[in-house]
Formats: sequence, structure tokens, C-alpha cells
Amino acid sequence: MPYTANKPEPATREQLQARIPGWGVDLDPSDRPSVPREHFDPNGTGAHWEFPERQPEHEPRERSIEHKFLTPVFGTSVPLRGVSGAIRRYAYRYSEARAAHWLLLLAGDRVNAWEAHLGSIAKGRPDNPITETGVRTELRHGLIARVGRKRADVNHQWIDPIVVAGPWVLAGVGAVAAVRALRRRGR
Amino acid sequence: MRAMVYRGPYKVRVEEKDRPGIEHPNDAIVRVQLAAICGSDLHLYHGMMPDTRVGMTFGHEFIGVVEEVGSSVERLQVGDRVMVPANIYCGSCFYCTRGLYSNCHNVNANATAVGALYGYSHTAGGYDGGQAEYVRVPFADVGPTVIPDWMDDEDAVLLTDATATGYFGAQLGDIAEGDTVVVFGAGPVGLFAAKSAWFMGAGRVIVIDHLDYRLEKARTFAHAETYNFTEYDDIVVHLKRITDWFGADVAIDAAGAEADGNFIQHVTGTKLKLQGGSPVALNWAIDSVRKGATISVMGAYGPIFSAVKFGDAMNKGLTLRMNQAPMKRQWPRLFEHIQAGHLKPSDIVTHRIPLEHIADGYHLFSAKLDNCIKPLVVVGD
Repeated sequence: MPYTANKPEPATREQLQARIPGWGVDLDPSDRPSVPREHFDPNGTGAHWEFPERQPEHEPRERSIEHKFLTPVFGTSVPLRGVSGAIRRYAYRYSEARAAHWLLLLAGDRVNAWEAHLGSIAKGRPDNPITETGVRTELRHGLIARVGRKRADVNHQWIDPIVVAGPWVLAGVGAVAAVRALRRRGR
Repeated sequence: MRAMVYRGPYKVRVEEKDRPGIEHPNDAIVRVQLAAICGSDLHLYHGMMPDTRVGMTFGHEFIGVVEEVGSSVERLQVGDRVMVPANIYCGSCFYCTRGLYSNCHNVNANATAVGALYGYSHTAGGYDGGQAEYVRVPFADVGPTVIPDWMDDEDAVLLTDATATGYFGAQLGDIAEGDTVVVFGAGPVGLFAAKSAWFMGAGRVIVIDHLDYRLEKARTFAHAETYNFTEYDDIVVHLKRITDWFGADVAIDAAGAEADGNFIQHVTGTKLKLQGGSPVALNWAIDSVRKGATISVMGAYGPIFSAVKFGDAMNKGLTLRMNQAPMKRQWPRLFEHIQAGHLKPSDIVTHRIPLEHIADGYHLFSAKLDNCIKPLVVVGD
């Protein structure tokens, strides 16, 4: 016990080696791949440049204001577009140290999802909440995975359908209310 | 090409997308054969990571065949079968030249606080990932490695992240011979961390989770002593009790942002996005270890603030170590361990899902159905 000087004795090397395959093969702390944390080896990475050639920037690319310049290589998945793009572009005016940066990006994400859902309807290929959520797997596995199991996540999984479908239900209710209000005014 | 695309929180689908092209002289295009869904992909799937854009393809664990190379590529040839580390890195910046590949400063224009990863939001660089038929691989002379002939594909794909991250996590624990190591989370990273703790001489390895089927895997795969935290009024007190009131010498947080065990923390972190994640496991680690212990944080958290108990960590004199794993730095030693028979990464694979059914795979993994531990995504023939 910590109230006295000694700790409980662990199992012996022989006992552990007999029970655990590979026990102690990395026993020497100085002979582990990530020790020391920083190991200077500029010729060991495969890079044959001092600074990478710059990737062409075909359209203006947003960047963190904590960077001196646009990094020489960058991702080109899904450039900024629409209202969500404007929100995200605005977010990049703030540094990563500011909550505004991250909260605006999260707001942009939510707007982006709505843009995509409405856009999918306009394009004639609406999002399919059954196939895209994978919820069909619940039919086969849902009950057996949860009933009688000591799972801590069961106490919050009921929120997930609200997160997914709730905004659609609210939007539907709002649309019906708006139509009714317009009709009443028309009379 | 066919590719998984994100459609908003909890929704993904497979659709036609333009095949990626060479955008930099050291790029390669890889035709993906096998990919995986990582536990950290679920943070994107649940809408937790800022700047996750609809239309992005996820996937930072994949292997495949080199289809095309840029003009400056010297080390790879068309037709090579390669494993691609989850980190994208240049090999020449201050951090890369010191082995900190996950902290590369030349690849993520969107943030300086994180390096770049395939298919992991624009906060991690805005690169499409490998849950697709083709993927652009920057710095082809630096990251990808030709898969040795003797290695199984499923072992190779797990080395691109989960196995290497668990192994790295055990190293950050600075484990000394005879140490008691407690691992929070029996998902893929936790299982590999627990297994690796023995390699470094642990005297006792304890794994904590709430899913019995995963704890069973922790016993059989990682030879660990396991406890389901839902069976105890207070898991911190239980850990003190079973360690003669010391607490563990080393704790590894392998749960991260979506840890369960505290309703308020979970809902504010993962549902309402008011925190960078739910630091339940990290707080349990802080409170359950002995004074002067080391905590290794391998679970991923978002970039905004989280309610972490730093006061207790300070007062107990703890050392907190953490980083995204530099995958390739771990590979030579992990190759040795696999060849020696100490480790078989694919033992944790539970599901092999065709790309066209990837939405089902995300839900199975997210909702922990059908005893899912590690789902692979079969892309090629």
C-alpha cells in the first residue's frame, strides 16, 4: 500500500514469458522506435528536396492565418462553395486559438448539410435516410446487441434519431405552419 | 470512380466521383484494394470535427496498387503494392526530419495544430481518403511502402493506423518492467496498446470498457485483465482497490472523444458539440493512476476545449504524453513482431464489408452492433 515504502511484487519474468507471447521484446526503453521523441535524420525519410516544389493553386485556397504562407502541398477535396463556403471563409479570418474559428466552422458544417439535402432534392436524387444511415442493420442486430447487455451507450443512443431526423421534422412543421398562416392571411 | 461520400451527420453513401489526378510532381495515384473504417472516422461521421464538408471521402487506413506516379517520384513504380500510412507528410520540414511525421508543417494549409491525414476533414488538410476506388497519395517517395511478400493484406491495412497507434501509445506510457498498465477502451487501438504494453515489460495489463464482447477480445487477444465499468459504482475506486490502493503506474486513453460513462459529458461533447469531445476516459485515467504516473493519450479529440481535470493531474504530478502516431516510424519493429509471431493484427477484424454497403458498415461500427470491433472495406476484387 502507498502508506508504506513498498509496492506489491509483480509476477516474475519467467511467469510472464510463459503466459504472454512476446513479453519483454521491447523491454529496453532506449530501443523503442519512438525513443527519443525527436530523432534528427534528414536523410532517412525519402525526401529528396530541401523544401517541396509548390503544388499549383488553381483557385484561391483558404488557409490558417497561423501559417506564413499556403503550404506547398494541400488537399483539393470539396472547395468552398455557397453559404456554407462563405461562413467557412469567414471562420478562417480567426486563428485556431479563437473559439470563433471552430464554432463558425461547425456552423458552416450544419449549413452545408442542409445545402446538400436541398440540392439533392433539386437534382432529382434526394438523400435516402434509410440507406445512407445504414439503419437497416438495426433490424437484424439492434435488439440482440442491446437487450440484456450492460452497455453505457444505450442511455444516449435514443438521441441519435432526433439528431438525424429532428431538423427535418421541425422544418416540416415550420413549413406547414407557414402555409397555414399564409392561407389565413389570404382569407 | 466509386467512392464513399459524406452527406451530413450520420449519413454516407457511395456515388460516382471524378478519379483523382496528379496535382504535384511527387504525387502517386493508388488503386485501393482494401480499406478500413477507423474509430476516429466515427467522429467525422457524427459531425464532431469542424470543417467536415459534404462530398468528402473518408478513409485513412488503406492499401492498394500504384496506378500512376508524378514526374519526380523515384521510389515507387506503377504496379507496386503499397501500404500507405494515415499521415500525409513531406519528409523535409523541421518536424519530419526529427521523426514527428504526424506533425508535418508543409501539408495542412487549414491548421497548424494538426498535421494532415487522408480523408479526415479540412481541419486535417482537406485530402480525400481511401474508402474509394482511387486515391491521391502526396509525397509518394516518403509515405507509402511496398508491402512485403510475406505480409497478409489485412495485417498491412491495420498497420497503416490502428496497430501502429496502439503500439505508439504504449511507448508514450514509458512503461518500465513490472508496471501496472490500465487501458481505457477495448476498441482496436486499445487492444493493440494492451498487447504492446506486454512487449515493453508490463507486469499487469488491465482493460476497461462497457462492451462485454470487446472485453472478451481483450482477454483472448491481449491477455488482459478486464472490467466492465457499468458493473461498478465508481470505476476509479475499483481500480484503486485492485492495485492495493496505489492506482496504475501507466494509463492509456484509447477511447477519446466519444467515451461513455458520464451522460452529461457524452451529450455535451458528442451530441451538442459544446466540447471537443467527452473526456470521461481521460478524467478516469487522471484520477485512477498513482501519483507520479504517466498518461498516454491516444484517443482523438476535437480542437475545441474539453472539460479535463487538469487540477488533479497537476496535484498528482502526472506526466501527460500524447500525439497523433507517426505510423511509418513504428513499421520496421512491428514487421519484426509480426514475423516473429508475437502479433497478428488481423485477429481483431470482425467485418469485411463491400464498398457499396459502406453505410451499413458505418452504422454497425457506430452503434456497436453484431459484436463489431474492426470493419474492413473491400474495394478491389
